[in-house]
Parts: sequence; structure tokens; C-alpha cells
Amino acid sequence: MRRRRIWNMAVIAACYVAAGLVVLPLVFIVAHLLGKGLSGLNLAFFTHMPKPVGELGGGVANAIVGTLVIVGMAAAAAVPIGVGAGVYLAEYGRGRFAMMVRYTTDVLSGVPSIVVGVAAYGLVVVPMGRFSALAGSVALAILMLPTIIRSTEEMVLLVPRSYREAALALGAPRWKTIQQVVLPAARPGIMTACMLAVARASGETAPLLFTALGNRFWSLKLDEPMATLPVFIFDYARAPYDDWNRQAWTGALVLVLLVTMVSGLLRLTVRRVRAR
Amino acid sequence: MVGALRGLRARPAIRFDDVYRGLLMGAAAVVFFIVVLIAFESFLGARLSMKTIGWGFLTSTEWDPVFDRYGALPYVVGTLATSFLALFFAVPLGVGSAIFLAELSSQRMGEIVSFVMELLAAIPSIVFGIWGFFILAPFLRTTVEPWIVAHLGFIPLFSGAPFGIGILNAGIILGIMVVPTIVSISREVLLATPKSLREASLALGATQAESIGVALSAAKPGILGAVILALGRALGETMAVTMVIGNTNRLPTSILDPGATMASVIANEFTEATGPIYLSALIQIALVLFAVTIVMNALARLLVYWVTGGRRDTAGAA
Repeated sequence: MRRRRIWNMAVIAACYVAAGLVVLPLVFIVAHLLGKGLSGLNLAFFTHMPKPVGELGGGVANAIVGTLVIVGMAAAAAVPIGVGAGVYLAEYGRGRFAMMVRYTTDVLSGVPSIVVGVAAYGLVVVPMGRFSALAGSVALAILMLPTIIRSTEEMVLLVPRSYREAALALGAPRWKTIQQVVLPAARPGIMTACMLAVARASGETAPLLFTALGNRFWSLKLDEPMATLPVFIFDYARAPYDDWNRQAWTGALVLVLLVTMVSGLLRLTVRRVRAR
Repeated sequence: MVGALRGLRARPAIRFDDVYRGLLMGAAAVVFFIVVLIAFESFLGARLSMKTIGWGFLTSTEWDPVFDRYGALPYVVGTLATSFLALFFAVPLGVGSAIFLAELSSQRMGEIVSFVMELLAAIPSIVFGIWGFFILAPFLRTTVEPWIVAHLGFIPLFSGAPFGIGILNAGIILGIMVVPTIVSISREVLLATPKSLREASLALGATQAESIGVALSAAKPGILGAVILALGRALGETMAVTMVIGNTNRLPTSILDPGATMASVIANEFTEATGPIYLSALIQIALVLFAVTIVMNALARLLVYWVTGGRRDTAGAA
């Protein structure tokens, strides 16, 4: 009996220790991000262009704008398609076709982002003959889709049946029922899912390496290479200059603030929507 | 069936209903075609390399772009080594935390740990990379690895020079990155096991740990699914690994050695691939990665589905 009690205590203690240990990395990462990145965080970092090698300072204005442009374009493509597909799965998704779409969505959510990058390279960069912001957007849009589709389906299914029945009973056609009754009811959930997908995608580096490539200069041309924050961090972190490494840390801090603040806030709203 | 309904309802509305349905269906079809297109595109790109190199691609250790010789074995080994090392760290900690969350913790503690897991899952992989490169690597180089060499160095797997970057560093970083997957899914699976199992074992006089053991054995297939999903994630993870693994094309023989993974070699060499066979060989690596992740995901989802009876699928948690 004594041995069993000791074993019991040991197992429970081990679980407590495990829970403590998995929390630690985040604490360290956040602490180091703040410690190394906070000092470089000033207005110039957001408004200035990168300086040539050897000159101190400079900012990431072009990378921030580039990220916004590329992610924005990707969202503009992925949100309508993803929401449409999600609504289809929830409202009409009973046949074999829907099962196939569901399965491919699952597959897509597991495909490594670097593989999506390779595919976007073959689909856009090779035919166009050069690296471009557009190719980066295509890659990111593909990465956004699974999250948007599955969450939209989930959210639309949460809308009570009685809403649909009431609308149909009033003589509204199916499309009007979905468009004017079901979707508005599911809108908060769908919007949070979309923003979560966008936030995740804006932190992606691998699919941009050989699509949008990166650019040390100001460029808003969609058919040319464009700078992005994640690729900026990657390049500056690997560079042998201390000042660049410092800027990489600041860039990482900005990126984390951007991504986690959005997804953290959204989690709370999603929980509220679900609880309702 | 649509034809039968057409006669019953008002005409114009019915017609737009079909249009609307068609639009949604088109959106759904896009997703399907994208996956087919990715598979097709990587297959097409890899064809040249498959033809010229053949099966030696996966068994040869020589990766020499100058002479157009491409053997991906060092990268396959690097990928497997880092991923299994990641699971070695992440599985005990992740399952332990999941038990803590599902069985032991107070509501408040549980919320904190869940919130941390969500934040950890949201951090971009490049940030893990920069942390591993600037913080973890010096720590490993000066503290952990010299200790390993001194005490375990007689085993070839733990011998070598303490570089700080290499298989060990990549394994630790990957472990941190896949922990949230394991925790959140294992927790769901544990919560899905019937409460009566625990009550019955407690009624028979089992200690709390023993009753957790009963719940665990019921949840085993689902937890295995979580682990496989985490493995799939680790196999394809790119940026963090690229920054901390050291990027050499030699076959690693010790966990202290630098190496490269399939994903990291694509990230590193793709834009520098000058010859057509070089590029094709890199695309072939992507194709292999694609195929492996499909199998992994199908397997993991099947297991989780089996345990939770379809009440919950992994897509939301992933």
C-alpha cells in the first residue's frame, strides 16, 4: 500500500512538473524577445528603409509594407474562397464530393509550408520568369485556406436549425436563408477564424523564400520581388553584423506582437461566441 | 432531385438557388484542385531528377551539385533524427501536461496552461529559429554539450565537438514547437474517455494515478494519433530548423553533429540551384515530404477519429 501511495504521488508530481516545463519555453522566448528586441523598437524602425552594410540603424518600412501587401492580397483571395467552401460543406456537404473536399482540406492543413512554396514557385514564378510578390501571395493564400474552411464549416453548423426552418417557412429561398440569416448569425466566428488564418500566414517565412524572395529597396510592384518581415528577420539574423542581428530581434518582437496579439484576442472572442 | 423541385417552387428564386449553390461548390472545388495541382506540380518538377538519379536518390549519401550527384540520405536521416528527438522531449512532457489539464488541474491553472499552449502555437517558426540560434545554441555549446561529451562521449551517438548548433538543438526547438499539438489533442482525447472508467477503477480501490492509467489506456490510440500529427509537423518544419541545424551535407552520426533536414535543404539551396537537375532534385525532396505528410496525417486523423467517435476532429486543434 505504501509503495502504491508513493507511486501515486510520484505520477501526480510528474504531471505537475511536465505542465510547468512546457510553460517555461514561452516564458524564456518572450523574455529574450523583450530583452533583445525592445531597445531597437522606436519610430524609425517602422518608418526608415534598411541601411547599406556598414551603416548603423535603418528600419524595416519596406518589409512591413511588403508583408501587409502580400498578406492582404492573399487574404483577398483566400477569404471568399475559404468561406464559400466552408459554407458549402456545412450547408450542402453530404455527398461524396464534399467528403473529398473535406479530406483534401485536411491534407492541405498538413502540407509543410515549404512544399507549398515549391508548388507556388512552379505555378507562378516559373511561368512569369521571375520572383514576385504575387507568387508569395498565392503561397500564403493556399496556407490560409484550411483554417478558414474548417472554422467556417464549424461556425455555420453551430447556427441553430430553427433559424433556417423559420426563414424557409417564411418563404425565403435557400440562398437568401443562408446569405441573410445563417451567415449573419455565424459572422463573428467566421471573421475571427479568417483573422486567425491571416495572422498565422503573416508569420510564415518558408513559402516566401523563393516566391516573394525579399528586396532591400522600396517596391510596390506586384510582379517583382518584395520585402517581407519574416524574410527580413531570417536574412538579418544570419548576417554576421551585430547591428543587423539586433534588428532581427526587434523585427521578431514586432512579428510576435502582431501575430500573438491578434490570435490571443481572437481566442477570447471565439470562446465568447461559442459559449453563447 | 433538383429537377423535381423546380416545378414546385417559384421559378426565378429556384434558378438563383442553383447559381448560388454552384458558386459555393466552385469555391469548394478550388481547394480540391489546389491539392491536386500541388501534387502534379511537384511530380512534374521532380521527373527529371527521378529519371536521371532513380532510387539512388534515397540511398546515396553524396550530395554534390558540382558533379550533379544527388543523394538525399543525409537529409532523410537528419529529418528523422531531429523529429524523433523532438518527440523524445515532447511526448512525455506533452502527455504529462495533458493529464494535468484533463485530470488534475484547477480550472484557473488549466486556463493558464492552455493559454500558454495557444500562444506557443501562434509564435512564428522564424522566431523559434532566432531564439534557438542566439540563445539556445550558446547555452548548449558552453553548458549542456560539454557535459554530454564528458559523461556520455564514449557512446558514438553522443560524441563529437560541442558546436551548439546541430541535431540536438534542432530536436529541442522542434520539441518545443510540437508540444502544443500533443497537449491540446491528448487533452481532448482524455476528456472524451468515459468518466465511468475512472469511477469504476477508483471504486475498486485504485489510487488516482492508477485510475489515470486506466483512462490513459483507453485514450492510447488517440494520443498516438496526436503524436503522429506532431511527428508530421516536425518532419516538415523548415525555418526554425534551418537556423539551428548547421546545414551541412554530411551524414550525421551523433546528436551533436551539424546536419540538415529535407525541408531545410530546400530552404537553403532552392534559390541557388543553378542546374536543372539540381532544382529537380530539390523538388523531388519536396515531393517525398508531401507524400510522407499525407500518409502521416491520414493515419493520425484515423486514430483520433476512432477514439473520439468522430465527435471531434483534429483540424480545429491543429
